[in-house]
Amino acid sequence: MHPHSRTLGVVLLLALAALALFPLVGGTFYVQLITKVMILAIFAMSLDLLVGYTGLVSLGHAAFFGLAGYALALLQPKYEPMSIFITLPAALALCAVFALLTGALVLRTRGIYFIMVTLAFAQMVYFVFHDTALGGGSDGLYINNKPLVGWGELTLFDLENRTSFYYLVLVLLVAVYLLLRRVLASNFGHALQGIRVNEHRMRAIGFPVMRYQLGVYVLAGVLAGLSGYLSAAQFGFVNPEIISWHQSGAVLMMVILGGMGTLSGSMVGAFVFVLLEEFFKDDTVFGAVAKHWQLLMGLIIVAVACFLPRGLIGLLTRRKRDAGDA
Amino acid sequence: MDSVASILIQVLNGLQYGLLLFLVASGLTLIFGIMGVINLAHGSFYMIGAYLAFSLTSAFGNLFLALIAGIVLSVLLGLLLERLLIRHFYHRDHLYQVLLTYGLILIFEQLRSLLWGDDVQGVKVPELFNHSIPLTETLSYPVYRLVISAVCIAVALGLHGLIRHTRLGMMIRAGAHNREMTEAMGINIRLLFALVFSLGVALAALAGMLAAPVSSVYPNMGSQVLIICFVVVVIGGIGSVKGALVAALLIGLADTFGQVYLPQISGMVVYLLMALVLIFRPEGLFKKT
Repeated sequence: MHPHSRTLGVVLLLALAALALFPLVGGTFYVQLITKVMILAIFAMSLDLLVGYTGLVSLGHAAFFGLAGYALALLQPKYEPMSIFITLPAALALCAVFALLTGALVLRTRGIYFIMVTLAFAQMVYFVFHDTALGGGSDGLYINNKPLVGWGELTLFDLENRTSFYYLVLVLLVAVYLLLRRVLASNFGHALQGIRVNEHRMRAIGFPVMRYQLGVYVLAGVLAGLSGYLSAAQFGFVNPEIISWHQSGAVLMMVILGGMGTLSGSMVGAFVFVLLEEFFKDDTVFGAVAKHWQLLMGLIIVAVACFLPRGLIGLLTRRKRDAGDA
Repeated sequence: MDSVASILIQVLNGLQYGLLLFLVASGLTLIFGIMGVINLAHGSFYMIGAYLAFSLTSAFGNLFLALIAGIVLSVLLGLLLERLLIRHFYHRDHLYQVLLTYGLILIFEQLRSLLWGDDVQGVKVPELFNHSIPLTETLSYPVYRLVISAVCIAVALGLHGLIRHTRLGMMIRAGAHNREMTEAMGINIRLLFALVFSLGVALAALAGMLAAPVSSVYPNMGSQVLIICFVVVVIGGIGSVKGALVAALLIGLADTFGQVYLPQISGMVVYLLMALVLIFRPEGLFKKT
């Protein structure tokens, strides 16, 4: 734990309180926007587990995000809801299996290869849904009902209500954060960080490096799946674009923008990224340029790559950790 | 006779597609192998080439002049990008190279949208090659596609000659083998890297220019090519131009035949091929030692 952990704890608690109270004051649009931010924060943390903590730069993380979304869309009957206790475990299991299968292959490679191969496998999933009738082709599928939190006749609370949905996502965000804190503080987590710093030494000491990496790859895939599931449920549709490499690039940007290797950084990154996106899309500010908001986003991304290697969190903390040696 | 002719057509199409992929992938693999830079924006250079062909052909009224002007422009673009951005990323982690070049893709796509709009555009096949060779009574093969293949083969031979038999090629091979040692021997590695990068940009742009009349010119045309070229580089082995050629032809043929005989899973064929190579040769078919 670094010396800032107390301050960090206070800031996080304040942020949690603000998030908990937000639906009381925020309008529908903003409640939905913050829901989206929190879902992407889970997505970003899951990728940070690979990029920041284990040194595996994946450019195909959207595959899990999309797989879980499609799992929900395909499992749920067209016009009636299905219990979240069936669809969510099924979606996560699918992600775990996909992570095991592809992980066994991609983890045979390192560095540039790893980046290209993860991207290529994600693209394969993209084509499964884009080219076949399975997932409605390039149009995607609608999810007409929110998942049912309950069994049969019994409904615990109604996700069709946007505020309920918001609180479910908030609870899951906190749960994922706490889970990852535990995981990273465990022997497993320390071994991962050891692998990031010096893989050969860890192997020489006798750690089964591949098994640890596969473990974290599956965990990251499952958590990305959780965020993809929630995102699909929130927006009520899925299409191949959620698997595209732009999605994988965007989440990588969130991780680095916030400050990789710090869970709170990933959350900050997701928050700032979504707000920037909304800001650049605002045609009252940017007029005709708003249509080309990706140009501004591209400039920001280039600027972050050039001048902000440790992200926004890196500006605040003075930790001298070289985030670059992966 | 028709079935033989149609298979011949598929083979020619597959080779032509593979050769075009080779032009893009060879630059990519050289930039990886020699400079240690992963360049996601490489697909954008292919797209820029295609749009340059579109504009320059209407300006000059002639694809040949357009090709020459386009190559000059893309070399200049390569030198500029290398000088302003890429140069500062040689010693940075791949992660930041990914981020930088991902940002560049977004910028290039939007500049393309501002300059040329979002409509699909066509480029005319040059008059000289705008006819077909009849194969049977019903089937024929367009001459322009043969011209593309011929140009690509000429470029591949030229590249081979450049790398194997010139002083510059010797420096490139030395740089790929051991960067620090090459620099210590007094070779201007900065200049070498700038040249290699611009060569890569020019090759990708040339591929885009050649492809423009057959594939037409449309937004995001670079992404598809980029990802397929990643597969080519993974299969061929990073830094190996020979590997890129073999893998590109393999992918070109697999993709073309996949689309004819397995249309349901055609999009996945190349990735399955990559998975097979990863199982048996995780370093690629022609890994440089």
